[in-house]
Amino acid sequence: MIAINRLHFQYPGAPFSLDIPEFHVASGEKLAIVGPSGAGKTTLLKLIAGILAPQHGTIHVDSTLLETLSDAARRAFRITRIGFVFQELELLEYLDVLDNILHTYRINPVLKLDAQVRERAAALAQDVGLGSKLKRMPRELSQGERQRVAVCRALLPKPALILADEATGNLDPANKVRILELLFRATEGSDTSLVAVTHDHELLPRFDRVVDFMGFHGAAA
Amino acid sequence: MTRHDLYLAWHYLRFHKTRSVILIACLSLIGSLPLSLHFLLDEGERQMTARAASTPLLVGAKGSSVDLTLSALYFSEATVPPVAMADADRVGETGWADALPVYSRFRVRGQPLVGVTLDYFDFRRLSPARGNMLALLGDCVLGSDAAEALGLEPGDTLLTTPENLFDLAGVYPLKLHVTGVLGKSHSPDEQAIFADLQTTWVIEGLGHGHTEQKPAARDGNQPFGQASVNLQADPKLLTYAEITPDNIDSFHFHGDPGSYPITAVIAVPHDRRAATLLKGRFLADDLKTQIVDPHAVTRSLLDSIFRIGALFDAVIILVGCATLLALGLVFSLSMRLRQRELQTIFLLGCSRLKVAQLVAAELVLLVIASGAVCWALLQGVERYGGPWVREFLIP
Repeated sequence: MIAINRLHFQYPGAPFSLDIPEFHVASGEKLAIVGPSGAGKTTLLKLIAGILAPQHGTIHVDSTLLETLSDAARRAFRITRIGFVFQELELLEYLDVLDNILHTYRINPVLKLDAQVRERAAALAQDVGLGSKLKRMPRELSQGERQRVAVCRALLPKPALILADEATGNLDPANKVRILELLFRATEGSDTSLVAVTHDHELLPRFDRVVDFMGFHGAAA
Repeated sequence: MTRHDLYLAWHYLRFHKTRSVILIACLSLIGSLPLSLHFLLDEGERQMTARAASTPLLVGAKGSSVDLTLSALYFSEATVPPVAMADADRVGETGWADALPVYSRFRVRGQPLVGVTLDYFDFRRLSPARGNMLALLGDCVLGSDAAEALGLEPGDTLLTTPENLFDLAGVYPLKLHVTGVLGKSHSPDEQAIFADLQTTWVIEGLGHGHTEQKPAARDGNQPFGQASVNLQADPKLLTYAEITPDNIDSFHFHGDPGSYPITAVIAVPHDRRAATLLKGRFLADDLKTQIVDPHAVTRSLLDSIFRIGALFDAVIILVGCATLLALGLVFSLSMRLRQRELQTIFLLGCSRLKVAQLVAAELVLLVIASGAVCWALLQGVERYGGPWVREFLIP
């Protein structure tokens, strides 16, 4: 699913650099990335998503070489093939639960919003226990419920790859498990891969593989 | 811009109701204020010039031509010195113009009471929408607005009121009979109460009706008997306050009718040459009367108003620019507050162009809503502006 070779990335004017000689994620694999803050975990996810472009090296996602894509094509690829659950991806306060789940479809012309999508969105919400709260506004939801809405939004386009960055960071233990269950369930019975950055070490045994990010950074240094 | 952009923009604006309403109110006021002001000024100009243009010449006492015009055309409360009825006769006797005397000194319950001859109604093309035209001494017809303001209909009566309780020889309280209500004319005539010129002279105290007086008792000092004019005043003499078919014959006037007061004469020349000749008649400095062209007087008055209007325009443009700058600032600050939201949209796969389209959709909705409010305000101004101008702008 993901193949990275000799990747080098540096933010312009910043001393930080990320060097990854080789990194692979198989289809359907559930991978956890751990490491200290500032090690470049989030940067790696953004590189995989095509939000950032490396100075050197190659990134293949789902057999597609991201560097060869134009900006628009990379965005379209990201929208249709990758699901995000980032902490910084907030819900929009002015949209209700259902509209927040459908939001990706409204802002991207490559996704077509039809009755089937609406039904699937409602079913996803039902699935995560928000079926009765479709018309609620985000301010009326708990933190756990808001995160579940964000997961539904990420899963709606049926992505081949789910990228989760601290998706359970601010949640209580019960909700952490619930969110993780949701993400795992999305990968079950399909080739969908999951790459999750987490600090919750108690969740690590549930992943197929755990990568300590210090290794990459240390190697580069 | 797609329907999804508009959908999201609509939800954003609806969620931030207060901010949206303030923005819409500001934008619609910026748009509607200058347009409304111009409409009102244009309407004022139209009404004033239309009235003035339909009144060829005015003859009145020397003094302010503006006061004379406002009094004769718009029945304003401006006090103009009276001229004599003989002046109206003199205009008619030239053979160059028809003379329509107007006596607009009185007000009854806030409405102008105007004494005219029946020719005035033909000249202004006024006819009753309800009831009948004046027929007898003591009758009156009401303009449509006056009828509404006074709550009167044909068949009702209207009592004129003394202007000063201590002026016993002044205005004579008279119960007028409302015979009709005039149709809409969109002119100051709508606010007036019209009576026959002689009726206003009765109110003035120049004519009256009373019970027959008995001759004084024979006096030994008058060997040739009682002269018919030598009547004895009787404190029980009943002076009528209402003119009825029974007492109308007792009403009479004293003195020379040519000396009776009027406030103006509308002179309607038969042609341009006649108008020029008539104007020439009033050029002499020693005359106590003047002739004015109401259209020219009104134009000079309007020029002053429009100079003020231009000043308003400048002020409104400055205020509008300041408001637009403030709105721009509010909008740019709100963009900064929305950075996280916009970042989310961007990370979800939105291009920067799409983000700009979403913001543009909000602006479009704001402008459409402001346009609608502005349109509604202008409709209101157009609908109620005419009467409002008549009531407040025209003196």
